[in-house]
Amino acid sequence: MTNLDMRDEIVRISGVNPAKCMACGKCSGTCPAYDEMEFHPHQFVAMIKGGNIEPLLNSESVYRCLTCFACAERCPRGVEPAKLIDAVRLMKTRPQGANHLLADNVPKMLDEETPQQLLVSAFRKYTK
Amino acid sequence: MLRIGVFVCWCGSNIAGTVDVEAVSEALKSEPGVVFSTNYQYMCSQAGQNMIIDAVKEHKLDGIVVCSCSPRMHEATFRKTAAAAGLNPYMVEIANIREQCSWVHKDMATGTEKAIILGKAAVAKVALNAPLTPGESNVTKRALVIGGGIAGIQTALDIAEAGFPVDIVETKPTIGGKMAQLDKTFPTLDCAACILTPKMVDVAQNDKIRIFSYSEVQDVSGFVGNFEVKIKKKARYVNEDICTGCGACVEKCPMKKNPNEFNLGMDNRPAIYIPFAQAVPKVATIDPNACNMLKNGKCGLCEKICTAGAIDYKQKDEIIEEKYGAIVAATGFNPISMDKFDEFAYNQSKDVITSLEFERLTNAAGPTAGKLLRPSDLEHPHTIVFVQCVGSRCENCAEKGKEYCSKICCMYTAKHAMLTRDKYPDTEVYVFYIDVRTPGKSFDEFYRRAVEEYGVKYVKGMVGKVSPEGKKLKVTASDMLNNKQLHIDADLVVLAAAIEPDKSARSIATMLTASMDTNDFFTEAHPKLRPVESPTAGVFLSGACQGPKDIPETVSQASAAAAKVIGLLSKDKLTGNPCVASSDEIMCNGCSSCANVCPYGAITYETKEFRMPDRSTKMRRVAKVNPAVCQGCGACTVACPSGAMDLRGFTTSQIIAEVDAICR
Repeated sequence: MTNLDMRDEIVRISGVNPAKCMACGKCSGTCPAYDEMEFHPHQFVAMIKGGNIEPLLNSESVYRCLTCFACAERCPRGVEPAKLIDAVRLMKTRPQGANHLLADNVPKMLDEETPQQLLVSAFRKYTK
Repeated sequence: MLRIGVFVCWCGSNIAGTVDVEAVSEALKSEPGVVFSTNYQYMCSQAGQNMIIDAVKEHKLDGIVVCSCSPRMHEATFRKTAAAAGLNPYMVEIANIREQCSWVHKDMATGTEKAIILGKAAVAKVALNAPLTPGESNVTKRALVIGGGIAGIQTALDIAEAGFPVDIVETKPTIGGKMAQLDKTFPTLDCAACILTPKMVDVAQNDKIRIFSYSEVQDVSGFVGNFEVKIKKKARYVNEDICTGCGACVEKCPMKKNPNEFNLGMDNRPAIYIPFAQAVPKVATIDPNACNMLKNGKCGLCEKICTAGAIDYKQKDEIIEEKYGAIVAATGFNPISMDKFDEFAYNQSKDVITSLEFERLTNAAGPTAGKLLRPSDLEHPHTIVFVQCVGSRCENCAEKGKEYCSKICCMYTAKHAMLTRDKYPDTEVYVFYIDVRTPGKSFDEFYRRAVEEYGVKYVKGMVGKVSPEGKKLKVTASDMLNNKQLHIDADLVVLAAAIEPDKSARSIATMLTASMDTNDFFTEAHPKLRPVESPTAGVFLSGACQGPKDIPETVSQASAAAAKVIGLLSKDKLTGNPCVASSDEIMCNGCSSCANVCPYGAITYETKEFRMPDRSTKMRRVAKVNPAVCQGCGACTVACPSGAMDLRGFTTSQIIAEVDAICR
């Protein structure tokens, strides 16, 4: 898949039109996981718009996004960066054997306070 | 049978690029009645018009079809051409083969086919055209200006200067509008009051201008040159003619705790008040919702104090009826509500304010007497964050913000930031911007000065969240050029709220039958070439009611609207539109369907005597159209069940003939 094909696929999966972005930066101004991310919400939008997908796929940033949707809620142009980040993550986990969270590794991560709900949503988010 | 000439225009390549004009003129030659058909590069040019005049004379034409652009563009041109050739100007029909054909089609074959069909329809219509003569009406030489802000003031002054009487209707107790609330004006930083109040005084002293303050337009009827308007003068419980504006009542009034509208509720005013020191008219007004005397019949202190005897608790609303030749809408704007922007915590903290509130906070007549103090604890703020585009340029959130750019915010924010740094150099000032838009004379230089000379920290990015914590406002924002997320502990956050048309604009537009856009701004007759006129004849637009505008632009537009009004009022007679409805008395059964749908109130009924076939007489109620009021919309022709109502120039038989020609 070329970068441009990937862009079209991300746009299709997310249903978001990154061309509507006016580069105000409110998404990154509102993001609680900003410091954890190598690429920030506004960069996801700009890079997807420009077809620069490879670095996003290879970055840990897709797993750092909390999917809190604050950026989507506050975006004045209805671009919804969270949906784009979600779509990039799907691009990454969809291929055979590309699951980010393996069941075998889960027991190591658990402690007594880990809520059940977290595991359910983590599987939903990080595996095919 | 008419002798019809067809003239097909190329419009350069606008039409000829997608329509085979030669084929069109050739095809229309064989239409019934057509005796001459030709095509030319620019039919609207002098050479093209002469071609029509020559053809009328040579071929003895008595009907003309021009296949060209929209009739909105050149119908008037070709009617004049027909008149110059000695024809009745209403013997011209336009087939729109540009906007409705060549511009929307890409393929030459289909474009040509459609152009021929449109041409055939026009030929079929013109064959049934009848010569029409427009009527004349008088002009009332008086203008009404709705709104007493800087736009209305300038328009009224200019009209009065030309010698025509003008009335200003203003809902507030004083004229002056938003400009009176501003502190300084960009880019020259002169004090708003210093340049506005002399104009307000000019208005008050001009014997051609009457001010109806604390008043509303209640009803408008009539038409261009002959509007009849009802103005409701609300009771202010003070006799305007006697009150001297001394202010003794204001000082003594015991009901002091009412939010002061002029200072946007940041301080209080008494129940009897004068909005500000330079108010025009400078008379007191009693707020009936706050006055103890009016609510409970107890107090009456102001009446005892007033040496002029101007207080009148029994005053009633008064309706004034007046006739006008022209009406100018100058209803202005307001900042939008910040209630729905939870992320900026406007409703959670007193220290998050709008830019208009900031104006009052820095104004010498404001709640802090001009000292920049934060509203919560009246301490001097050391870190101020300005946020631009709050609610402007919002795409998805129509219920929250506005899709357009509010235009004035970049400049006033630069002004606020610069003035703050100038007066209080120990203050850190951040401005968060998406784009800085400063087109205008000396505007960009002004903004650069704020950055380069005054050290205002402009950050490309947007504030995502403001959360009040203790005495501070925690601001989270993005700095896109440095690819960082900023966390600022601010003392004051100023939101550059989007502006929207005043809420009264919609009801006024309805009364005037003037059109509005989806944002409730008045629409112009033409966005480029007729920017100060409404499509409704006799209604003109001044200031921000037509779109966001700064003061220089507002004043220019206000004067332009005045020039248009003067042009109208200096005419003694107006030529009407002959394409109006008329009723066939024989067929009319007096059912009132037409009068019920007429949006202009042009239809009345009369009871007339008719001779019956058996020579007896009978009284019957029949419809009658006032041709001066009728705008030719055609609603009545559709509503009429007996087919008695018809529209001149667009008769039912003409429209059927067009449809037949298209379907043939």
